[in-house]
Amino acid sequence: MTATADPALAADALRERRFFLSLSLPALFIVGLAAILPILWIIRQSFLTTGGEYTFGNYEKVLSSGLTWSALVTTLELSLATLAICILLGTPLALALASARPRVANVLMAFVMLPLWTSILVRTYGWLVLLRRDGLINAALTGSGLTAEPLPLVYNFTGTLIGMVHYMLPLFLLPVYAAMRDIDANLIRASSSMGASLGQVIRTVILPLSAGGIFSGSTIVFIYTIGFFITPAVLGGGKVNPLSTRIERTLSTFQDWGSASVLGILLLIVMAMIGVMFLAARRLSTRNGAAHA
Amino acid sequence: MLEAYPDNRLSRIFLWGFSALVMAFLMLPTLVVVPLSFSASNLLEFPPRAYSLRWYETFFGSATWMAALRTSLILGTLTAMVAVPLGLLACISINRLGGKAAVTIQGVLLTPSIVPGILLAIGLFFVLAAQRLVGTLFGVLVGHVVLAIPVACIVLLPALARFDWNQVQAARSLGANWARAIGGIIVPQLHISLLSATLMAFLTSLDESVISIFISSGRNSTMPKLMFLSLRDQIDPTIAAISTLWTAIVVAVVLIVTLRRKS
Repeated sequence: MTATADPALAADALRERRFFLSLSLPALFIVGLAAILPILWIIRQSFLTTGGEYTFGNYEKVLSSGLTWSALVTTLELSLATLAICILLGTPLALALASARPRVANVLMAFVMLPLWTSILVRTYGWLVLLRRDGLINAALTGSGLTAEPLPLVYNFTGTLIGMVHYMLPLFLLPVYAAMRDIDANLIRASSSMGASLGQVIRTVILPLSAGGIFSGSTIVFIYTIGFFITPAVLGGGKVNPLSTRIERTLSTFQDWGSASVLGILLLIVMAMIGVMFLAARRLSTRNGAAHA
Repeated sequence: MLEAYPDNRLSRIFLWGFSALVMAFLMLPTLVVVPLSFSASNLLEFPPRAYSLRWYETFFGSATWMAALRTSLILGTLTAMVAVPLGLLACISINRLGGKAAVTIQGVLLTPSIVPGILLAIGLFFVLAAQRLVGTLFGVLVGHVVLAIPVACIVLLPALARFDWNQVQAARSLGANWARAIGGIIVPQLHISLLSATLMAFLTSLDESVISIFISSGRNSTMPKLMFLSLRDQIDPTIAAISTLWTAIVVAVVLIVTLRRKS
């Protein structure tokens, strides 16, 4: 109130606000330079011929190619399959960790987070060692007589999926675990004393109350997997080609900057569409939740 | 949480058995690499029949790998040196402004961590190509700095929220200018968080691979770039030795961060 009464003080407040704004300028400048400008450049490049003239030719070329659409399908297949397996493996693990004593849970969480702190290339190498034709898993399988022939576990869709699930699982687990930890234990005690079986409690109390965490985890899985590059590039062995590896090959092998840019924009559009879908789903579910309550 | 169900032994055994398998799946690829790195054989045999340090010798004796190690360490250090001061200033600004302005600044700073790495990489490649800067250390550095700024902010924002701003007010009214107030009061009090932010920014750069693969080349190739190329071509146990060392470095840094934060 005094600020409006005293023009000198108001001017001071304004000057201070401007000063604080200026403090974030260096960081904003470098983000603009190294993240926002590059994205805009991709859009510009998508309309340029190799000679530097404006054209729609890149779009015609990319959108009429069957490779583009199969890349799009592969991208979505990988994301959906990764998400499904993360939910199947991660939710029970989160439940086990949330039901453990806090100290035990903390130690186990440290182990679960170990892959998160391991370079993606180290992990990819580990999977190659395990999954190759002469790798450890096939050696164990044929050695014990479980399979006569080594199984094709890597340089294909299966290997790529294993690598991607391994990358995403800890990131999926974190929000689900946090949500389950926050559930009031009294609710479960109450359900139990009223005769609910363990299965019923999980279905009707625990899962609905951790739905928010599962939803956040799923969003994270989708955002990350849509653009995944290293895992398909190495564990796919050239046979699994989502949009990301198509972009790399178009750029590095064919030197076709325009088409690579169109593919990049396609990737952005897919991401934006999925983002909007997730937002809409969240809004819808909170509205329904409010109606029930 | 499930104490109310003490007699459900079978489902409990099932749940923990399943969880143990999932945890084994998570740790397996990191751990399997360690014994292989000490193998004496050319083949990837497990468990190794004889042990040696020959793959470590190969790594430390290779001029290419040593140059990459040097590049990665220099790049990580520079990234931390640039990203943490920029991040600190931005966080002070976010903390003091509040409201819509703060949300907007935070949103812009977070963009690089949401955009797929491959898009940042090719976009940066185009921008740098126009300036003939592809393959330079500078090109990779700006890419790593924008990825490290949000990481630094995650550590610094909560620390600034706990900071008592009356101290700065007092210093300012006694005639200290802002540079003095930040350097003399904020930085010393936040030194533990600043150290964590520095290590995390360093790790972000060390671990980043997609921008490195597209932008770095020749003498400026980073460790992840060389590892990616050799994984694509052939796999020999040298990579196992490098992987083991790499993981040891990262785990050491993470341990330092967590232990310091607890103390």
